Amino acid sequence: MNEFNGILTATVFAPAVFAGAVWLAHRWRDDDGLVRALAVAGSLVTFVLAFAVFLMYDRDVGGVQMVDAVSWLSVGTLKSTYLLGVDGLSSPLVLLTGLLGTGAMFASRSIRHRLTEYFIWLLLLESAVMGVFVSLDLLLFFVFFEFEVIPMFMLVSIWGSGRPRYSAMKFVLFTLAGGAFMFVGVLAVFLSGGIGTLAMASIPSVGIIGVPELISAADLVAPAALIFSFFLIAFAVKLPLWPLHNWLPDAHTDAPTAVSVMLAGVLLKMAGYGLIRINIGFFIDSPGFTVSDAAPYLAVIAAISVIYGAIVTLRQTDLKRLVAYSSVSHMGFVMLGVAASAGSGAGALMGVNGAALQMFTHGTITGLAFLLVGMVYDRTHTRHIPHLGGLWRKMPVIAIFFFIAGFASLGLPALSGFVAEIMVFLGTFSVYPLAAGIGAFGVVLAAGYILFVIRRAFFGTRPPGDGLPMEQYESLTDADRLDLVPAVILTVPIILVGVWPNVIVDLFALGIEGVMGR
Amino acid sequence: MTGSDWLALSPVIAMGALALATFGADSVLGITWNGRRLGSKTWLPWLAIGGMAVPLVLVLNLWSGWAGGPVDESVLFGTFAADRFALFFQCLILGSTAAVVLASTDYLRQFNDARGEFIGLLLIASTGMMLLVGANELITIYVALETTALPVVALAAIRRDAHSVEGAVKFLVLSALSTALLLFGMVLLYGFTGATQLEVIVDRLQELSAGTGQPFGSFALMLSLLLIVAGFGFKMAVAPWQMWVPDVYQGSPAPVAAFLSVASKASAFAVLIRILSYYSGAGVGAQDWQLLFAIVAAVSMSAGNLMALSQTNMKRLLGYSTIAQAGYIVVAMTTILGTSSDADNGSVAVMFYLAGYAFTNLAVFLAYAAVLHRIGDDTIEGLRGLFRRSRVLSILLVIGLLSLLGMPPTVGFMAKAVVFSTAVSQGLVWLVVIAVINTVVAAFYYLRVVGVIMFGDPDEDAEQVNPSASELTTVSVGIVGTLLLGIVPALALNVIDTAVLT
Repeated sequence: MNEFNGILTATVFAPAVFAGAVWLAHRWRDDDGLVRALAVAGSLVTFVLAFAVFLMYDRDVGGVQMVDAVSWLSVGTLKSTYLLGVDGLSSPLVLLTGLLGTGAMFASRSIRHRLTEYFIWLLLLESAVMGVFVSLDLLLFFVFFEFEVIPMFMLVSIWGSGRPRYSAMKFVLFTLAGGAFMFVGVLAVFLSGGIGTLAMASIPSVGIIGVPELISAADLVAPAALIFSFFLIAFAVKLPLWPLHNWLPDAHTDAPTAVSVMLAGVLLKMAGYGLIRINIGFFIDSPGFTVSDAAPYLAVIAAISVIYGAIVTLRQTDLKRLVAYSSVSHMGFVMLGVAASAGSGAGALMGVNGAALQMFTHGTITGLAFLLVGMVYDRTHTRHIPHLGGLWRKMPVIAIFFFIAGFASLGLPALSGFVAEIMVFLGTFSVYPLAAGIGAFGVVLAAGYILFVIRRAFFGTRPPGDGLPMEQYESLTDADRLDLVPAVILTVPIILVGVWPNVIVDLFALGIEGVMGR
Repeated sequence: MTGSDWLALSPVIAMGALALATFGADSVLGITWNGRRLGSKTWLPWLAIGGMAVPLVLVLNLWSGWAGGPVDESVLFGTFAADRFALFFQCLILGSTAAVVLASTDYLRQFNDARGEFIGLLLIASTGMMLLVGANELITIYVALETTALPVVALAAIRRDAHSVEGAVKFLVLSALSTALLLFGMVLLYGFTGATQLEVIVDRLQELSAGTGQPFGSFALMLSLLLIVAGFGFKMAVAPWQMWVPDVYQGSPAPVAAFLSVASKASAFAVLIRILSYYSGAGVGAQDWQLLFAIVAAVSMSAGNLMALSQTNMKRLLGYSTIAQAGYIVVAMTTILGTSSDADNGSVAVMFYLAGYAFTNLAVFLAYAAVLHRIGDDTIEGLRGLFRRSRVLSILLVIGLLSLLGMPPTVGFMAKAVVFSTAVSQGLVWLVVIAVINTVVAAFYYLRVVGVIMFGDPDEDAEQVNPSASELTTVSVGIVGTLLLGIVPALALNVIDTAVLT
């Protein structure tokens, strides 16, 4: 039962250790440069570790690898293990977290206010998210899922703009409300007759039998449909899915750039990951109610999410809010892919695999988009699209990266978004052709709002009248070298996955076959 | 009294003697001789803290049986038990009392002459509580309960301003009322069973109520048992017996509120568990008890949290928060009348929650006490920008508040996980749903305070808040305990597992 490889523990806690180092360094010498250097070093170390985990995962062996298992909590009604491990589903997401964590540190250049605390919270946030992706014990998963709220609350409240405290509190209350239901679900799963474990996957090498294997013969304390919906609510809030998406535009718009990058890039993925690992994995043949029974409703909500999100995005005039709402639309695709799990054979696998890939690609694409929006805002001090225009002439490099993000987002072939979306549609079409068809229309709308914003903000001329004043427009500068670092970090996977999808898709397929037991 | 009787009572006796010694020392130090005082009263808190080592050693002696202790044995004709269950709670009470005294050394300067009284009364109340947690018989319970209540009335009124006196009078009247209810319940129980020892009473009750098919065995019993629960409900500060809490907390000195919220609450839970543990396994009225506790828990959590939402006074907010916290603990009481393994699970959950709650709540109350007596403004707004005025104290206070809210990796989360799991194991999913929704409601007001502390800017002329070394030590110990038990719960659970009543 006890096994300890240590690499995942190191990956999860490396940012937290560096957060401590940042604090000590600040106490030792009040030097902003030192603090920044340490924070960047922390994220780089984490990235290296995450990349190592990604590479070390043996695709020929499959299953859960690099396990850390230590008994943690044991009372009559709750037994929990400190259980870390990665499989094909989680290892790309670990890499994604490492990537975006590094990107976020570099994207924090404009932060001046309470610098030490800022980096401490940002590093703790990275630790929490990393913990979510590698925890294979439900209680531990929940601990990381909840803990992430505190750094977010601080980061948005202190360093945000607009109405930061309102947005931060809204984010916290939505997340905690969802998490509360998940907690009941966790307890209900553990206490159901015949389960008595919190392991989210079976690990034969250390003798751990997971919930997915036991649940089909379990005597559940509550109806399976109820437990399913407890988990679903938590993840639907976090994903976010219409009609629970309300917190997202506020949190995104008011958060500092790096936090938006983390929020869109990895925090939303915790929900997609949970949907696949728990809502599909546990309930694929649970007694009385399975995910297939819920799938038609999920498909309908997903299609509404895609279309609603896209239509609302079309109406946005704030650059950041526009990217935020486009997330609602794109995360709808994740849910659409999850709904495909009701199908049989290759179609179901393809759909869920598409959902997982959509998480990865959306993380890099939207992370990049928020990064560039942040750069534009730092220079123009406005995000109001009608006030922008002609940016292409003054900042061509930023514009080119924005075009890459935009075209990837609208599903241009050879960029990663296309691969994910086509997989989702192909998978879903065999099961729910109507929902898939409606969802596909979301891509058309995406083309609309992406091209609209590119034309209005980057092309054309400086708007006369209430636009940027001429002197300010003339003095706009392009991205400098350090700005390019995070942009390149996020662009590489977009193009790589676009032209060579198997680098990630194979791995996801391995993990999803394991989760779906096929 | 035999030797083992003396041994079993030794911690209580030592604590009582310490209380009297404190009063004595207070008088002696106050004597003037040739125009000079015999000594400085600043030594009194240190005398009390040092002196508390004696009862602590005696408790540990009984726990581990160094000098041969009557562990798991009833003494004094079955009126008192010095089992590990009682010893666990005696440790908790001793620890909280020591923390309160240590943290209030600075605060006590303002009561030049009442310093001895403050500490002495605190020690007498603790003595009563230490007796209460081992009491095995109705009359002993009653006497011990009164010993704890009366000193607290004086302590609540020690500031002698309008709020303080109002709180004390409210506490006195409601305390008297609740004791009267308790006494009435006890009298009825004695009438039915002809015994005052808990064990005998429960045996007779089972004979009386077997197969009647009425709630709690019989309607008459229901009346007496409900009266007893109401009496303890007042001490535990659960709804609907919570009305005194905000007023008393607001009126009394913050260290006294800390003492009330931890030691007083814990001892009431202990004695209620002891009474009900005799009942467990018998199955008489188990469903009714479960429903009763489930309702009390739901009402208490919801009332505490909802009323805390609109508070502008920090002490009242903390008062309502303790009502909600007590509600969470009562969630675990729903198992206590089930099978014996259910009862064990419930006891472990209650004891773990109380242990974690003691660390967290003492840290929060005492940290706030340290802030309050320096800034003198007990509204929430008074804390604005505290982070700029005292970083260390703010961070400790924020961690404490997050633990009360139930955020990982603090013990507040771990304890809630354990407590809620007991209720789900009884199939009470609805109760746990209410409980977790309550934690979301609670998030709003706890995080509002966190926001005021961390994000606000203090007034221009606001001075730094510099806590004294003794305050900082106490609060730090509380927070270290909060984090340690949250990350390594086994530390406490291993101890608690051996202390459960079986």
